[in-house]
Amino acid sequence: MIDEETQEIFRQETEALIESLQECLLQLNSTPDDMELVTQVFRDLHTLKGTGAMFGFARLAEFIHDFEAAFEQVRSGNAVVTPDLIAVSLKAYDLIVALLEGEEPPTEKDAELKAALAAATSGEDAPAVAAEAADDAEEPAAAEGELEGWKLRFKLPPEFMEIGGNPVAILEELMEIGGPDTKTEALIDGIPALGELKPNELHTGWEMILPPSADEGDIRDVFMFHEDSMELELTAIRGAAPVVEAAPVEAAPVEAEAAPAEAAKAEAPKAKAEGKKSGGKKSGSANVQMRVSAERLDDIMDRVGELVIAEARLSDLAQKLNDPNLMEVVEDIQRLALGLRDTTMAIRLTPMSSITGRFQRLAHDLAGKTGKDFDFVIEGEETELDKTVIEKLSDPLVHILRNAVDHGLEDNDTRIEAGKPARGTVRLKASYSGADVLISVQDDGKGLDPEFIFNRAVDRGMISADANLSRQEIFHLLMAPGFSTAEAVTDLSGRGVGTDVVKSTVESLRGSVEIESELGQGSSFTLRLPLTLAIIDGLLLQVGEERYTVPLAAVEGIVEEPEDIRDGTDPTTTVELREKLISIMRLREIFETGGTRADHPKVVLVRTGDQQIGLAVDKIIGSYQTVIKQLSPMHSRLNVFSGATILGDGDVALIVDVAQLVKAQGLDHDNKEQAA
Amino acid sequence: MSKEILIIDDSPSVRRMVAMTLQQEGYEVTQCEDGAQGLDTAKAKRFDMVITDQNMPNMTGIEFIQAYRNDPSSSGVPIIFLSTESEGDLKSQAKAAGALGWVMKPFEQAKLLAVVKKVVG
Repeated sequence: MIDEETQEIFRQETEALIESLQECLLQLNSTPDDMELVTQVFRDLHTLKGTGAMFGFARLAEFIHDFEAAFEQVRSGNAVVTPDLIAVSLKAYDLIVALLEGEEPPTEKDAELKAALAAATSGEDAPAVAAEAADDAEEPAAAEGELEGWKLRFKLPPEFMEIGGNPVAILEELMEIGGPDTKTEALIDGIPALGELKPNELHTGWEMILPPSADEGDIRDVFMFHEDSMELELTAIRGAAPVVEAAPVEAAPVEAEAAPAEAAKAEAPKAKAEGKKSGGKKSGSANVQMRVSAERLDDIMDRVGELVIAEARLSDLAQKLNDPNLMEVVEDIQRLALGLRDTTMAIRLTPMSSITGRFQRLAHDLAGKTGKDFDFVIEGEETELDKTVIEKLSDPLVHILRNAVDHGLEDNDTRIEAGKPARGTVRLKASYSGADVLISVQDDGKGLDPEFIFNRAVDRGMISADANLSRQEIFHLLMAPGFSTAEAVTDLSGRGVGTDVVKSTVESLRGSVEIESELGQGSSFTLRLPLTLAIIDGLLLQVGEERYTVPLAAVEGIVEEPEDIRDGTDPTTTVELREKLISIMRLREIFETGGTRADHPKVVLVRTGDQQIGLAVDKIIGSYQTVIKQLSPMHSRLNVFSGATILGDGDVALIVDVAQLVKAQGLDHDNKEQAA
Repeated sequence: MSKEILIIDDSPSVRRMVAMTLQQEGYEVTQCEDGAQGLDTAKAKRFDMVITDQNMPNMTGIEFIQAYRNDPSSSGVPIIFLSTESEGDLKSQAKAAGALGWVMKPFEQAKLLAVVKKVVG
């Protein structure tokens, strides 16, 4: 009966909960006395348990019950947070994650962890067990005479109607249980004099005789919420045999339930305090939130894109008609469309903090595994990025982080010898830089050795021994496919392990990687990413008959095309510009656009990674709000275009993926030697 | 005319599950995600029944019940309290505050429906 969307909401919700849980556990590791965190852990567990049980995760709920009990011990001051407890809790956390993902780890694991949790908080073991004993001798000796019926006498609390109860419904329900043989009589002696009578208070009682076929449990169920606040007598009417009247069951026979309530009593005042505190950690950020399916957001983004396009057409038209009134309206619409675009893009943004939890965990685990002591510092967690980008970044960052600890940081003794603090520092930092977001991982380890990297690349035949590469270019060799092999892992910095994946992921997000390193001082890997993926500021170019767009962010300059290369027809050439040799790609030749050549062709200087490349074009049309439309699957192989955009006049312009084009033309680093 | 029920719970999945269960039976459901929001909503409009969770940010379920019952408009509106087994005597606190009854979490959909039917018909 639970539909897919509910499942999805459940998944998102538990994801947030376990993320918070892990974060709190890790923070507790460094500030074990923070009761706020303990409370938060307790709350998260509690919610997970309740929700999990509702969604059929019985084993999960049962396990968390004990997990929760362990933290209840801490919360109530019977135990303290120890590294041991955190270690076990993290393992318990892993089990929770596994169970939520539908895995079925061996059940001994539950018991083992439960025992470990109990041991780590070694106070009294959790409550909940002793309840059963209270199941008193309810029916003494049954056969004391034939059951002839039930006599029920009850008076509901006066405020019954006030709190929304309906006495008529109660009577009807009882009639249903008893059937047509039920006899009912109202007891009106409790009704006060007219002057004191409040119309919304209930003072009538009832006496009913129900047939023996009525079930005692059913009758009691009718009053399930009110038994302890009302007068209720239920007596069995028995045949003449030995005249022993069954003890009247008075108003408080809820023993079975009262017992666990007793056990939980100690917890209650705190539970209340906790309820109040709940505002604590969350309310700050809990300015009313809403979950919206990503699909709908994409849909809105699509429409906003269409709007921007329509607006461009309108603007075109207005310019042609040269009507000032129309222009005014167009400007208004322009402003509104831009505002709408920005808001819509903002909706898609998610803070980095949504994934930093797992890095904290990773750092914790890495420290344990490598035996290296280091501080893991996260800065700029509030920096926001497109959700899709954040999700894709997670793996590359894990990779870089692992390398920083594995290969960047020295072990503690080596550090001391080198005169550094024994404890290393790894910093994950996110910040804005114009329309980009920078995410960097810095370590204060041994740094990268350019010479070593250069020689290795020569050994691998990736470059020739006399290649003239900048420092940055050498570092980038690390991310070239084929630089690293398993052998490299054991070798010196061995940083290239799969680092090409980092590069390709980042580039697929239209970002770039920058590497800085000082031998002996440490390294930093910086990922530069665009804030959004759906709409970019582009530079619209005319090439022959066609128009193309390049991301404005990549453009570093525009110059007149030097006379001496104007007549060439090779797709690529090299020219000296501003005392630097620059590779030029002639888009006219590469895309075979045809059309007449402009009188004053231009070269657009664009940056891709650490390289500057020139694009020879006929004309610069200007900057342009580029709504990126995906190419159809049929064209998706054309990776030199990252998409297409629709222009104001309804024409389509392709968006040039400069990095891919450079690669396709053999001008990138890997091929530079051969090309030169 | 279909009965209108207000559900207050900070867990979107529980809220949705309750809502779906009730909607399938023809009830109209309004959802709020904490006690404070629930209070505003309940005061602004009379519901045939209110279902509230306990553990929520801003205002707990019991605090909600107390505050709502202080408002004359709550007269005659039944409140059902959602509670988990470990919170045994919160039930009596909720009763004292003015809840009509409670449903224990985790609940089966059928159980919830039975209670709702019993209370609002």
